[in-house]
Amino acid sequence: MREFGYQRAHDVAGAVALLGAAPDARLLGGGTNLVDLMKAGVERPGLLVDVRDLPLDEIRATADGGLRIGATVSNSDLAAHPAVRRHYPALTQALLAGASGQLRNMATVAGNLLQRTRCGYFADLAKPCNKRAPGTGCPAVTGDHRNHAILGASVHCVATHPSDMAVALAAFDAVVTYETADGPGELPLDAFYLPVGDTPHIETALPAGAVITGVTLPPVLAAAHSRYRKVRERASYAFAIGSVATALDVRDGVVRDVRLAFGAVASRPWRARAAERVLVGGPADADAFAAAADAELAAAEPLPGNRYKVTLTRNLVVTELARLAEEATR
Amino acid sequence: MAPPTSSAVTLHINGEKYTLTVDHRTTLLDALRERLDLTGTKKGCDQGQCGACTVLLDGRRSVACLQLAVAAEGREITTIEGVADGDRLHPVQQAFLDLDGYQCGYCTPGQICSAVAVIEEHAAGWPSAVTEDLRPEAEAPALTADEIRERMSGNLCRCGAYAQIVRAVARAAENVTDEVKEPVA
Repeated sequence: MREFGYQRAHDVAGAVALLGAAPDARLLGGGTNLVDLMKAGVERPGLLVDVRDLPLDEIRATADGGLRIGATVSNSDLAAHPAVRRHYPALTQALLAGASGQLRNMATVAGNLLQRTRCGYFADLAKPCNKRAPGTGCPAVTGDHRNHAILGASVHCVATHPSDMAVALAAFDAVVTYETADGPGELPLDAFYLPVGDTPHIETALPAGAVITGVTLPPVLAAAHSRYRKVRERASYAFAIGSVATALDVRDGVVRDVRLAFGAVASRPWRARAAERVLVGGPADADAFAAAADAELAAAEPLPGNRYKVTLTRNLVVTELARLAEEATR
Repeated sequence: MAPPTSSAVTLHINGEKYTLTVDHRTTLLDALRERLDLTGTKKGCDQGQCGACTVLLDGRRSVACLQLAVAAEGREITTIEGVADGDRLHPVQQAFLDLDGYQCGYCTPGQICSAVAVIEEHAAGWPSAVTEDLRPEAEAPALTADEIRERMSGNLCRCGAYAQIVRAVARAAENVTDEVKEPVA
């Protein structure tokens, strides 16, 4: 591991200043991804700015009925929070489906958003990787891509985003807020993660030197009836091979609001707006759910080794929406 | 000018203060084992995937292999050496002994530290991925074998002593609850 300096920031302005003073500085939250990547040599910061002591560890209700989540709130505190469990249960389910109890205690909300892909080529310095070393190529396209992207990828990179939490946040129109030397800013989650294109190494629209201060969830009526379902290769403590966050508001058999986001299929949490458009205003039945899934997955471009993800995601959409519709009739 | 790459830190471990200078690259795990002779905490994968190095930071279970020692300054660290009350074993330790919750024993310190926290997390009403009813007003789920397996899934055991580990955690949870109800004289 490269030697590095260490500074602990005590307020946001201090963190912005420390980050801005060194071009190779990185923010240290829980360290569950960054420290691991530093050991592997993938990340080589010259300075770590520890942000765990920033006063950003609160979760509070907003005036409009939404929720404001501080950047350094731990994944476990967010999962256990009564307001999340009541108003956004899919977010609690997504968080609890991720990692282990130990890692959820350490990991922060901002760090979860900014974690890197678990593509094996990205983590292996002996292999080419356009995300880690731009221009070197992507061995996954012709190599091991069983768990790689089927939506929105490019020939330059087919890696997936590993977060469960971000999938639920995408379904609920979360907004990421940040601070820079020039003042505060915000990005809806849809705009936070950038398309892959030919720059897979540039993952987010965060300005250089920005420090994430938190995530704001707007009030979402449908979110009170939401679920997160994750499929993985063992019962617990593994990354998804497919997942969906779903929320459904049905009145008199008609879909008033629906939220759908997919995990493990793209370089970012995949908000399924085409599927949502098919459903809103129509019936909440199995045919409609299947048509909605097909509308979204028509854009899928699977590789030979991950065609299963198209079927898997379709089945998840249909069964999860059916379950929410059934719960709505109780 | 390049920033210094090491720092003098004071670590609070099991109620004692330890002052040492650490290279910033030093994990808490390596500081405990290589610098402070607290070798009860084990190094398994060193990648946050096995749980052998589980310790409590401010009472919360964490993996020491992904925790930089310099960043642990100011936090209360509890290792397996600090779990017992003097000569009296923690109920989790006693249950692992009584029910053979191990074979080779290498993962055991991490299993025990994790289980101590699992019982506290459950008592605090934290749900898990297998908890059916997440509503905050719902009754806390019983600490069933399914709940224990899910909550302990961050601790791997290569010997496969899981059946006895689940029993030991269940027994310990009962005993911890009993002790709260009827303090032993």
